[in-house]
Amino acid sequence: MSSLAVQKVPSAAGTTGTAQGRPPLRNRIALVPTITLLLGAIYCLLPVAWVVIASTKSGSELFSTFTFLPGTGFMDNLTDLSAYRDGIYWQWMGNSALYAGLGALLSTCVSAFSGYALAIYRFRGREAIFNVLLAGVLMPPVILAVPQYLLLAKADLTDSYLSVLLPQILSPYGVYLARIYAAAAVPADIVEAGRMDGASEWRIFTRIALPMMVPGLVTVFLFQFVAVWNNFLLPYIMLSDDERFPITLGLFTLLEQGANTPALYTLVITGAFLAVIPLVALFLVIQRFWSLDLLSGAVKS
Amino acid sequence: MTTTSRRSYGVKGAPYAFLLPAATLFALFFALPIGYAIWLSFRKVKVSGLGLGSGARREVWAGVENYTDALTDNELVDGALRVLGYGCVVVPVMLGLALLFALMLDSDKVRLAPFTRLAIFLPYAIPGVVAALLWGFLYLPDVSPFYFVLERLGLPQPDLLDGGPLYLALSNIAVWGGTGFNMIVIYTSLRAIPAEVYEAAKLDGATPLQIALRIKIPMVAPSLVLTFFFSIIATLQVFNEPTTLKPLTNSVSTTWSPLMKVYRDAFGTGDIYQAAAEAVIIALATLVLSFGFLRAANRRNRQEAAR
Repeated sequence: MSSLAVQKVPSAAGTTGTAQGRPPLRNRIALVPTITLLLGAIYCLLPVAWVVIASTKSGSELFSTFTFLPGTGFMDNLTDLSAYRDGIYWQWMGNSALYAGLGALLSTCVSAFSGYALAIYRFRGREAIFNVLLAGVLMPPVILAVPQYLLLAKADLTDSYLSVLLPQILSPYGVYLARIYAAAAVPADIVEAGRMDGASEWRIFTRIALPMMVPGLVTVFLFQFVAVWNNFLLPYIMLSDDERFPITLGLFTLLEQGANTPALYTLVITGAFLAVIPLVALFLVIQRFWSLDLLSGAVKS
Repeated sequence: MTTTSRRSYGVKGAPYAFLLPAATLFALFFALPIGYAIWLSFRKVKVSGLGLGSGARREVWAGVENYTDALTDNELVDGALRVLGYGCVVVPVMLGLALLFALMLDSDKVRLAPFTRLAIFLPYAIPGVVAALLWGFLYLPDVSPFYFVLERLGLPQPDLLDGGPLYLALSNIAVWGGTGFNMIVIYTSLRAIPAEVYEAAKLDGATPLQIALRIKIPMVAPSLVLTFFFSIIATLQVFNEPTTLKPLTNSVSTTWSPLMKVYRDAFGTGDIYQAAAEAVIIALATLVLSFGFLRAANRRNRQEAAR
């Protein structure tokens, strides 16, 4: 930390987007922070690097060659995985894309409606409704998932796409985020001005508020997409037909079968590698739209 | 909606209309299941005669029987203790690292910040099941680079999937998966601190360490409390990671965590009433612990504000 010299030069522009900014001069590297962050990055990338390399190894190479030495069997592994049970792996990927894509889209809409209402309007029961919705975050998924299963079984809906989609549309965390974003990004006077012009509440929401909320809603969509894609417990409880499994559940059953037959290890590893790609790619592509600074930046603009 | 009262009605009714989808979903998929779980937890099946025939198995009122059974059930108590021990490792380590990385990202003249920020956040994008699977393989002596290195160096090779190391192995998976997300939450609130706040301290010659300890950490205390709160909740509900490691080791039982026990009782042994009572107990314990923490944190904040 001592390498961080105190800057006494008052600066005009900074990179932080704040009014005064911080000194723009970056001629010396802060060693301790940089090294700490690099160590953190290595720790976080290690298992990912491992799976990338391990997926290139054939069954025998996996156990005989050094872990971080690439193998020669990636195409074979890919062919084997695609051939496994007539390509059910790709069915799982498609299912996950459906659950996460459609689920997150619906969830973002519901969050946008609710967050906007809770941020912009003053009405009876506002805080009570917000607190009750937020309390949903605190419920252990199991106290929800088991009775959800039993109730959906009464409606004859278990083991269906709907049984995984429907319970995940309402995201208390999404509502919470949308409320914060709406409060930060939609100025009350603009809503009031819209009313003065005679616009309906719905029109004010869709034409004025929604475009302002988009950066925040992208974040809500991402969070919910990841939450649904990564969810394991709900499909684990709801589904028994593996044609409808998402990728998490599919990989788990593959591991269960493969645990006693190391020959299946390569399939599990290749499958895990491919399952990681879509989300990582999504993150890399979307991070440019993704405004971390929304809370700090947008309020001021 | 008549024309005369249209405007005032539109404004008054609008928030409720906007909240309708969320309220409907909440009623159907949150309130109703919770109510049903509580109802089931006070029920049991009474078998009359040999249990044959359609009227032989009847659902009857059980009182608190399921609860007393659950609380005296060693499997559930052991599972709760295991998860508490696991949480005492995971939560402080994960949030300590998250705070450390956030402060480092926020410091002046740090290099490679966008890359490292993304790399540390990356595990968040990886499903818990896949994370457990990746680490599970890294813990397996046959394929792990760690064992390879230990073997070459002639060092002892502990079994990471058994006994005490198993806790650390599972904790590591949770820390790996959760640090990045919490780092981003803390970092975002660090960025929201206006720079003027630091200027005076900087002009007075405060070191970055002093600024971090005296200014930054107190100012992000609310988001630290929030991340702590949610981490406690998530940790007590651990299910995916031990379930995924189960095929790789015999040391993870079907009742390793309380949630796994609920699953086993509901779908393995088929006693949904017992499982419901256990789920209610876990939910209550989670709420008591997390809100207890929140109250303690708020009280401290108030005391400090009053000082």
